Amino acid sequence: MTDLLAARMQMAVSLGFHIVFACIGMVMPFLMAAAHWRYLKTGREIYKQLSLSWAKGVAIFFATGAVSGTVLSFELGTLWPEFMKHAGPIFGMPFSLEGTAFFIEAIALGIFLYGWGKINRWVHFGSGIVVGISGVLSGILVVAANGWMNSPTGFEGDLLSGNVYNIDPIAAMFNAAWFSQALHMTLAAFVATGFAVAGVHAFQLLKHPNSEFHRIAMTIAMIFGSVAALLQPISGDISAKDVANRQPAKLAAMEAHFETEKGADLLIGGIPYEEEGVVRYGIHIPNALSFLAFGDFDAEVVGLNDIPKEEHPPVAVTHFAFQIMVGAGSLLMLLAVIFLWWRWRRKDIAWPGWFLKVLAAATPLGFIAVEAGWTVTEVGRQPWIIYGVMKTSEALTPMPGLVWSFGITTTVYVLLSLMVIWLMRRQIRVVNQSFEPANPKS
Amino acid sequence: MMLGIIVFFLLASLLFYVIFGGADFGAGILELIARKKDSARTQELTYRALGPVWEANHMWLILAVVILFVGFPQAYAILSTHLHIPLMIMLLGIVLRGTMFIFRHYDAVKDGSQIWYARLFAWSSFLTPLFLGMILGGTILGQIDLEANSFFEAYLAPWLNGFSIWLGLFFCLVSAFLASIFLTIESRQESEKHQLSRKAFQINVLMFGMGGIGLVGAGFFDTNINLAAGVLHHYWEGYQGWLVMGVGSLLWGATQYCLFTNKYSIARILGVGEVSVVLLGWIWLQHPAMIIFKDGTNLSLTQAAAPDATLMSLGWALIIGSVLIFPALFYLFKVFKQ
Ligand code: HDD
Ligand code: HEM
Ligand code: HEM
Repeated sequence: MTDLLAARMQMAVSLGFHIVFACIGMVMPFLMAAAHWRYLKTGREIYKQLSLSWAKGVAIFFATGAVSGTVLSFELGTLWPEFMKHAGPIFGMPFSLEGTAFFIEAIALGIFLYGWGKINRWVHFGSGIVVGISGVLSGILVVAANGWMNSPTGFEGDLLSGNVYNIDPIAAMFNAAWFSQALHMTLAAFVATGFAVAGVHAFQLLKHPNSEFHRIAMTIAMIFGSVAALLQPISGDISAKDVANRQPAKLAAMEAHFETEKGADLLIGGIPYEEEGVVRYGIHIPNALSFLAFGDFDAEVVGLNDIPKEEHPPVAVTHFAFQIMVGAGSLLMLLAVIFLWWRWRRKDIAWPGWFLKVLAAATPLGFIAVEAGWTVTEVGRQPWIIYGVMKTSEALTPMPGLVWSFGITTTVYVLLSLMVIWLMRRQIRVVNQSFEPANPKS
Repeated sequence: MMLGIIVFFLLASLLFYVIFGGADFGAGILELIARKKDSARTQELTYRALGPVWEANHMWLILAVVILFVGFPQAYAILSTHLHIPLMIMLLGIVLRGTMFIFRHYDAVKDGSQIWYARLFAWSSFLTPLFLGMILGGTILGQIDLEANSFFEAYLAPWLNGFSIWLGLFFCLVSAFLASIFLTIESRQESEKHQLSRKAFQINVLMFGMGGIGLVGAGFFDTNINLAAGVLHHYWEGYQGWLVMGVGSLLWGATQYCLFTNKYSIARILGVGEVSVVLLGWIWLQHPAMIIFKDGTNLSLTQAAAPDATLMSLGWALIIGSVLIFPALFYLFKVFKQ
């Protein structure tokens, strides 16, 4: 494994790990606040218990999110020092604001987790909301930084030689990609976390059909997840149009679009053969790509043949990842429609078993879409680390032997993931014991 | 002007991290050295004292890193290249202790795994400040060689040396000392308070001894025998060095006196003062140099500073941020640390 590959893989593993905890950190506070709100309104203990049980799990996720984020802020330097040296002053604005958001979040979290019974209940409720808002804000900010890597602005001159002038950190933060990416990411966090939480509780409902606890929990999570899942394709379309304008190579790789043409077809599935420049076994929808990318059935879509060979992103990975994201997104949207319709039409009838089974099976689907989406964004940007400005290979640290640090990072994160899953199972077992004492199965 | 403000925030976050993060590490070190029969009680106390604030305590590190890479990108790039290995080890420590601390408390089932959480937490609480100290040592020792052409010279020599290890161990002592003076106050039992304050007293003696060895070593030998002399000679030159040593020793004596006479709250303030003088005094002595290189040159904060537009926006972000953060932080400590 070359050092460059090791570094890229290490970055991918670290980010892929962190993003899961980040999503949960952004969304769970809102789910807890919803349960908490019901408790403050109705005074029913079960809502308080739900909020408390979630809080226990969330503490574990938050700690893991915080430490893996700390790792990232050093890894940007240990792996890509040349990138940080030149880009830090330009795209650093969101990070410096993010520091505040993290701080507020950490403080509010301390108050929220440890404040039960110690402070005014509404202040306590408010602290939970603050955790959520500052979490979403920090997500938006860091994605704005990533947006700058996709559409660098806010400076003039030659970044590589360090000869830059007219630096404008604010303009860099509000780069062309920030809005579409931040919107899409925020919704994604709600979709992924909402469906994952709902899935876990749906699975428990299958085992304990009469559990009011799990029914309430699933409903709250599904409401958040479903609304976001309905909006997600709209936001995805905004993203796609954005990419089409700003990064034609990425769009071409996403769609495995090898030849520039007017009225291009949308490709669904298929296996791209990069050497030959063809796709086999795909379904073609006439003119749809032109329409989706530019809002015009006859628009010209640039193919990889018009992009210098050394600037091609890996086509197969990008294409598959895009298919996975869109596939998962469509499925989740379908589930969201069924859920909302069912709730609206037949409020008080218990959920049918097949639906619970499907939801349980869909537990990881949102997170799979998130990982796939980031693969599209990051791999689709290759070979650039800053699109059109700096190549990833130019950013790499001179230190050899990176395969070691990749190996260690991966091992630690795999072990931690396993531990978190194991801890969650223990958590759920205990919750079940305290809520279904009569149920022999638990 | 803006540069000054940013440097102020950088120093403040470094200082706060050393104090609050240090106390946090120290709590783990105390568990490590506690006798078996006390360790359950120590754990209980650690949790009560740290639970609500540990995440906030570690934000200071994030803040320092962000200030470094936005405001002083060149320094960040050099340090993270040449100190790659100790940084990775420190991060491993941070990951382990953060997660183990929380797992230990939030694991719904309390069984044999508790022992593992506790062990890993305690050992990583030692590993992290050790390497943090070594990283600081590497920054100032003058073994970073930008032209180095062997792996050893470029990536190991800067931090794998006696001075850095000395500083790492010194920082472990500082951490354990801070933890014991803080926990003395948190504790609700007289006997435990007494025990902790005695521990603080002993550790403070060790700190004095270790600091003394370093300074005397630097005073009597030259750089050929003792690399550290290249750094620590500052203490023996001019009135500034004497001033720092003098104030530090005075505070040390006063802290010990208060610990001895059970004036715990005053001891805490003096102890924090003592540590701050050691850290800030040293920065004062070696400024404007920040990173010292092997060829004798150095990089100062001014040289490493980002362009003005960046400094302006960073500075404002910090100012606005602190208006929000400090009242919130104050409230947090007020609720949990009466
Ligand atoms: C639950 C997660 C999820 C779901 C259901 C979808 N996406 Fe997505 N997508 C993401 C999660 C995500 C993401 C992980 O959040 C990304 C990575 C970078 C970003 O901004 O969002 C992303 C990126 C991303 C990009 C690249 C943006 C860029 O590089 O700037 C495009 C074009 C789309 N998405 C399009 C879609 C479409 C058309 C969807 C239709 C169903 C869709 N996504 C569903
Ligand atoms: C918003 C913050 C993010 C920043 C600043 C960021 C930055 C980077 C950097 C510097 C690299 C290495 C250089 C490169 O390969 O271009 C990278 C690669 C990568 N990142 Fe991101 N990233 C972010 C978000 C994410 C997330 C959340 C994921 C989730 C899975 C992700 C997945 C990847 C992958 C898969 C690569 C490797 C791409 C390749 O080398 O082929 N990124 N990212
Ligand atoms: C798209 C990518 C990312 C998103 C959406 C995201 C979002 C978040 C969120 C919501 C949190 C707080 C939740 C929690 O603590 O569990 C968090 C924590 C953190 N993230 Fe990320 N992040 C991303 C990538 C990055 C990158 C690239 C860095 C490094 C430069 C980073 C650094 C951090 C740090 C230092 C923390 C700890 C803060 C704390 O303790 O609360 N994140 N992230």
